[in-house]
Amino acid sequence: MILEAFTDRYVYFMTVALLIIGLYGMLGKRNLLKKLIGMIVFQTAVFLFFIEGATKFFIENGTKLRGSVPVIDPQLGTDPALYVNPLPHVLILTAIVVSVATTGVALALLLTIHRGYQSLDEKVILERMRQ
Amino acid sequence: MTYLPILIPVPLLLFAFIGTLAGLWRRSLAYGAALLGTAISLGVATAGLVVVLSEGNLHHFLGGWDPPWGIEYVLDPLSAFMAMLVTFIGLVVLIYSRQSLLHELPERVVPLYVLKLLLLAGLTGIAVTGDLFNLYVFLEIASLAAYALMAVGGRQSAMAAFRYVVLGTIGGTFYLLGVGFIYFSTGTLNMADAAQRLPALYESRAIMAAVAFIVLGLGLKMALFPLHVWLPDAYTYAPSAVAGLIAPIMTKVFAYALVRMFLTVFQPDYFRVTLPVTDIIGWLSAAGIVIASILAIAQRDLRRMLAYSSVAQVAYIGLGIGLANPLGMIGALLHILNHAFMKACLFLIAGGIRFRTGLVDIPLFAGFGRLMPWTMAAFTMAALSMVGIPPACGFFSKWYLVLAGLDAGNWVFVAVILISSLLNAVYFFRVLEQVYIRPLREGVAEEQVREPPAEMLAPILVLAAGIIILGIINVVIVTQVLYPVTEPLR
Repeated sequence: MILEAFTDRYVYFMTVALLIIGLYGMLGKRNLLKKLIGMIVFQTAVFLFFIEGATKFFIENGTKLRGSVPVIDPQLGTDPALYVNPLPHVLILTAIVVSVATTGVALALLLTIHRGYQSLDEKVILERMRQ
Repeated sequence: MTYLPILIPVPLLLFAFIGTLAGLWRRSLAYGAALLGTAISLGVATAGLVVVLSEGNLHHFLGGWDPPWGIEYVLDPLSAFMAMLVTFIGLVVLIYSRQSLLHELPERVVPLYVLKLLLLAGLTGIAVTGDLFNLYVFLEIASLAAYALMAVGGRQSAMAAFRYVVLGTIGGTFYLLGVGFIYFSTGTLNMADAAQRLPALYESRAIMAAVAFIVLGLGLKMALFPLHVWLPDAYTYAPSAVAGLIAPIMTKVFAYALVRMFLTVFQPDYFRVTLPVTDIIGWLSAAGIVIASILAIAQRDLRRMLAYSSVAQVAYIGLGIGLANPLGMIGALLHILNHAFMKACLFLIAGGIRFRTGLVDIPLFAGFGRLMPWTMAAFTMAALSMVGIPPACGFFSKWYLVLAGLDAGNWVFVAVILISSLLNAVYFFRVLEQVYIRPLREGVAEEQVREPPAEMLAPILVLAAGIIILGIINVVIVTQVLYPVTEPLR
């Protein structure tokens, strides 16, 4: 039972691992660039969660199969249970665009910060901010 | 189906585009485009509120796809109220920002106007959308515009904005994760449809996790204590015209999103009884009101004092949500409106003083009362309202919160509101003492201390007058708009 949950949905465990790695990067690292990398890992974990959520399983002749690409295949017919759910993919396409924009803004900010403080180390910058 | 709901964010997006192109040709045209777009949007929002109050809720189905498949935009009294508030404050601050931006950042006026329009488009979009994922998209539009706007004030503001990017992204991503849990449990993203399907799943751990992620995510965005750490630096170092726009409305709109989750998507009892969400929000807010007010007293920089005061005032809204009774919700929503006027007025005054003298530290404002009589009269008005002296509007939202606290039998919350009024009095009267009683400091050039130009003074006076007018007409707002909104709580 537990083993089956693991083999079927192992992606969820990876999602949680990535979420924690991302949070650690953002909150635990001093270097701002590493914080940004943590942020990207964190967002990617959620994308993975959505994509995995779209997966469908169905039983055919006693074997467990994964749903097919969401384009109607004449051999499979039009039963929606046989295809993965396309909506989460579309949502994540939007979320990826948002993530790219956020990364772009963050990189531009890092450039400004580096020009202003000659460093990307949080502790050094906060010291220079107080001066 | 009607087009009114979608017509609130669309002019802002359209004129952001027009403003960029026109700004390439003549810089001053970008200002005109921003003003026109916001004015149209304000007009539509006002018309929307009037129609909604007389004829009931309006729905728009984007692209003609019926809900729950398509994206739905809903105008109900609460969303129309928020859209009107956002566009009104946006318009007033835009009028103010022309002189202010020419003075502080003359090279970058075009992108700044466009970003302001995008910010307003995102915030009004959050107000009118009836779709959980669409709310995420608007939330990120508003946040991305805000990151860029906050970052242009110099190297300190870039650092403050970067911290906001990181924490804001955690907030947005948590919200998205929560929406994912709701979607995979119910199969819908439409708020009204989800509200139908969720009660059957209230025992599910996935939905409980969704609530935790959504509340945490929106809490980060609205700077609910103790998730406010990004706010003080971001508000302090942002250009005056930007702080004046973001401080009054941005955190409030996320508070609105939280109220929307509480009242519309989930049934109130799920947050009140099944899960202790409102209790947690209420007690954290009570702590936040006291701690942030004390921190505000400790600040020398006026903008930083106002930023900490914002944290405390957002916590008032959290306190009202936490009380979770009709009076508390009315108090919270009325405080969204009142605080938007008060904080916009105060930040614009801080910007006006900086425009003329370049000073930001409170002790250096000694003797300004005589030299800037109108500005300081407006400051006094806003300060009295923040403390909660009638007939200024700040009194009434606190009054409703106190009544709600008594109603709930929660004496601690009542005490917190009263104590915080005293703390508010301490940090505002400290400024008033400098301004009106102390003589002008040596080294402060007297000829520089003048009223800001009319274009900046007029918005300040409009907001100061608004504080009184809102105080007088608050009964109308409460009975017509806010009382029906609290229906699910009764």
